[in-house]
Amino acid sequence: MASFIQLLVSGLATGAIYALIAVGFTLLWQTSQTINFAQGEFVMLPAFFVLAAMNAGAPFWLAALIGISLSVLILGILFKVVVVDPMLKYGVLPLVISTIALSLLLKESTKDFYSSQAQPFPALVPAVDVHVFDAVVSTQSLAVLAVAIVTVVSLNLLLNRTRLGRQMQATAQNATLARILGVPVRRMVLYTFLLNAVLVAIASILVSPIYLAKFTNGETLGMAAFIAAIVGGFNQVRGAILGGIILGVLDNLSAAYISSQYRGAFPLIVLIIVILLRPQGLLGRIEERSV
Amino acid sequence: MTRFGGILVAIAAVTAVAAPFFLKPFGIFLISTWAVLTIAAIGLNLTLGYAGQISLAQGAFVGIGAYTVALLTPAGMPFFVAFMAAGLLCFAIGWILGYPALRVQHHYLAFVTLAFTTLVFLVLRNEEWLTNGIYGITGTPRPNLLGWKTSGARDFYFLCLGTLTMLSLATWWMLRSPWGRAFLALRENPIRALSLGLDTRRYTLMAFAIGSSLGGLAGALYAPLVQFIEPNSFSFGLSFNLLLMVIVGGSGNFFGPFVGVLIAVLLPEWLRITQGYYLIAYAAAVMVILAFCPTGVLGLIERTRMLVRHKVTGMPPLTSGAGP
Repeated sequence: MASFIQLLVSGLATGAIYALIAVGFTLLWQTSQTINFAQGEFVMLPAFFVLAAMNAGAPFWLAALIGISLSVLILGILFKVVVVDPMLKYGVLPLVISTIALSLLLKESTKDFYSSQAQPFPALVPAVDVHVFDAVVSTQSLAVLAVAIVTVVSLNLLLNRTRLGRQMQATAQNATLARILGVPVRRMVLYTFLLNAVLVAIASILVSPIYLAKFTNGETLGMAAFIAAIVGGFNQVRGAILGGIILGVLDNLSAAYISSQYRGAFPLIVLIIVILLRPQGLLGRIEERSV
Repeated sequence: MTRFGGILVAIAAVTAVAAPFFLKPFGIFLISTWAVLTIAAIGLNLTLGYAGQISLAQGAFVGIGAYTVALLTPAGMPFFVAFMAAGLLCFAIGWILGYPALRVQHHYLAFVTLAFTTLVFLVLRNEEWLTNGIYGITGTPRPNLLGWKTSGARDFYFLCLGTLTMLSLATWWMLRSPWGRAFLALRENPIRALSLGLDTRRYTLMAFAIGSSLGGLAGALYAPLVQFIEPNSFSFGLSFNLLLMVIVGGSGNFFGPFVGVLIAVLLPEWLRITQGYYLIAYAAAVMVILAFCPTGVLGLIERTRMLVRHKVTGMPPLTSGAGP
């Protein structure tokens, strides 16, 4: 039981990180039909921005801010203007391939220009074990959970309680209608890219103390985010959150109780089952097909 | 095919036959790789370019084919039998995996096939009793066919080229048949195809299964070509690359895979002068190519020819719907 609680908490922490990545992923999909295959690399990269800033002498909090700002600039604005905008008019597929190439570009650039070795990354809080009932839970997991919850709650407040957020949702649901009603659609689309950049930067800062900062981190993280988004529902922010948490918990529990060799397989099996039985995802709406 | 196209194909064919006599062993290895991967890319082009389904599983099928041959030939099975077995096995697996293709389309299918690729990778890595795990399988023998020993690099290249020729002729013939027309109808407008009485579900499955079996056949040649196979060769990377090759060449264009694979095989070699940075340059090059010609290199050539022709005749170029 004690180890179950331990696994559950660390699973929740992992899941919360997956959820942040998956939310950004679904936001991009909803507003601009961008399936970002480089999303994993987007999470890998900001950690290196932070490390570079710290090497230059900045304290951790400042480096984290610099990392987030660079992420917004490069993974938000630059990504949209240079990669997405020229490709979008050709449809989904060329853009998919382009983001695959981008993921390769980011991965190799990090390897060649920074380091191919895993880099230690400062934790948010000192690692102390806390005793909850009989279980030993690390403060790191709790801190990750806390930051992720705050992020998700503020995102929800932004999307549902502000004029800006409602305009963004209108853009996602029906861009044409939103434009007719006077929503600045293009700006809203840009904002979702910025939001995504902030989300991946936060995820990066949360995940890197656990996995170390390494150029290959994106592969597993990106895959996890895709699966989380599909399992939860591609067109729902809360679906992505649910999917991320299911995936993180499942990952940790199945590795401990069923088979660690096939750890990577369980999320995929869940993915296939969900797609077969409920292709719109657990919380998703069915999208209309047009002729 | 136009006369211009016919001349180009003839030149390409002569080059393909003559090339190994002028190349060093590594060059012959590269063009053999080209021939093998083109077979897999033709299969993917069938799934993607004609039936309109994004598959990220082609690399896994190449892997299944490669392992089939690497396991069967040392057990005493003649190469030809193992080769056919690889094709049939991948056809069957493609058929079974294709079932999700009926329920989901496009990007969802991309993820299902991505998941399949990972599962295949995990099985290849973990089931050591069968696949020797991460240590891989070395020394798959190159076959003797009717007294023709293909152990030499040049002989084996001709075996690959011959197989490529036969399989592409078969595909060409199939695309001209009612089946091929049905595949095209699936891509252009599945709902209209359905309302015209086409059994879209069966044709989609068929396209996917045939495409997969071509992947398996490519794998069957890949194992004796490189003589060392391990699970990592068949992870996402290969599937992504194959998809890239088809798109860069021009998906839905019969000759697209030939050009796309050629670029993908040669470009990294040419970019070696950039030393460690060649993968970066490669990725950047792909993004630039896609930004300027999303219909692939062949699409670009086609478009340029149209422009030139219309400039000569003084007619305005067609802007859309003029694809071949």
